[in-house]
Amino acid sequence: MTQTNSVEPIQKVSIIVSHGSLEGVYPGLIMANGARMEGIEASLFFTFFGLDAIIKKRMNDLRVATVGNPAMHMPTVLGAVPGMSAFATKMMQKEMEKLDIPPVAEFITMIHDAGCEIYACRATVDMFHLKKDDFCDELDGVISVGQFYEKAAGAQIIFT
Amino acid sequence: METLSVAGKPIELDSDGHLAHRADWTENVARELAVQEGISDLTPQHWAVINFMRSVFEKEGDAPSIRRLTKESGVDTKTLYQLFPKGPAKRAAKIAGLPKPKGCI
Repeated sequence: MTQTNSVEPIQKVSIIVSHGSLEGVYPGLIMANGARMEGIEASLFFTFFGLDAIIKKRMNDLRVATVGNPAMHMPTVLGAVPGMSAFATKMMQKEMEKLDIPPVAEFITMIHDAGCEIYACRATVDMFHLKKDDFCDELDGVISVGQFYEKAAGAQIIFT
Repeated sequence: METLSVAGKPIELDSDGHLAHRADWTENVARELAVQEGISDLTPQHWAVINFMRSVFEKEGDAPSIRRLTKESGVDTKTLYQLFPKGPAKRAAKIAGLPKPKGCI
């Protein structure tokens, strides 16, 4: 292989997921999984509403935001019609399944089995009064921002 | 142009180090490509993955996703990453004599 420049390949990524909508969660999961597929070390840090992606009772019920989302190209009132978010979510899930993108719970298991560590943000866990039992089994720990930075040493940090 | 020498015969590689011509692939070529990837011994599980990837590519023109690979080849995710520690999708495709997979999953 001829390398014309000396740029180092990425060795490690730390991905922060801060949103709890379907479209807020998937990019981080796809990037974490994609990193592991390339042999890049990866960890995921869920904070604020992003925690919904690793809360057992919620992880498979994430929805597409149809209100306040200009990229939906639909008037706000229409987006607020009951059932609209559920409908948009269903459509998107159908398209994702076609691309072999798994539902959130299965994806988290797959990513964790691939060797990606999964962490929850201490401040958010305290703020929402969450307990260890609320989370999926793949959770590797509830950590502070300081611990996150320690673990991210040498990594590229990606905020989503 | 980089080449791989298998039993004294040069095999042409593309710029990513994958086989330039899929027809050049043999089990011995696979073993040699595996050594390049730091895998000195291809186990029956490696072969299960390699053969599954080749059969999917044959039919569909692209390597399967990791999800499909683990669901249909009988090798689970954890094992797959142990078999190909530097990244299963690309490395397994390379050893299987296939181009880099196009998919993201």
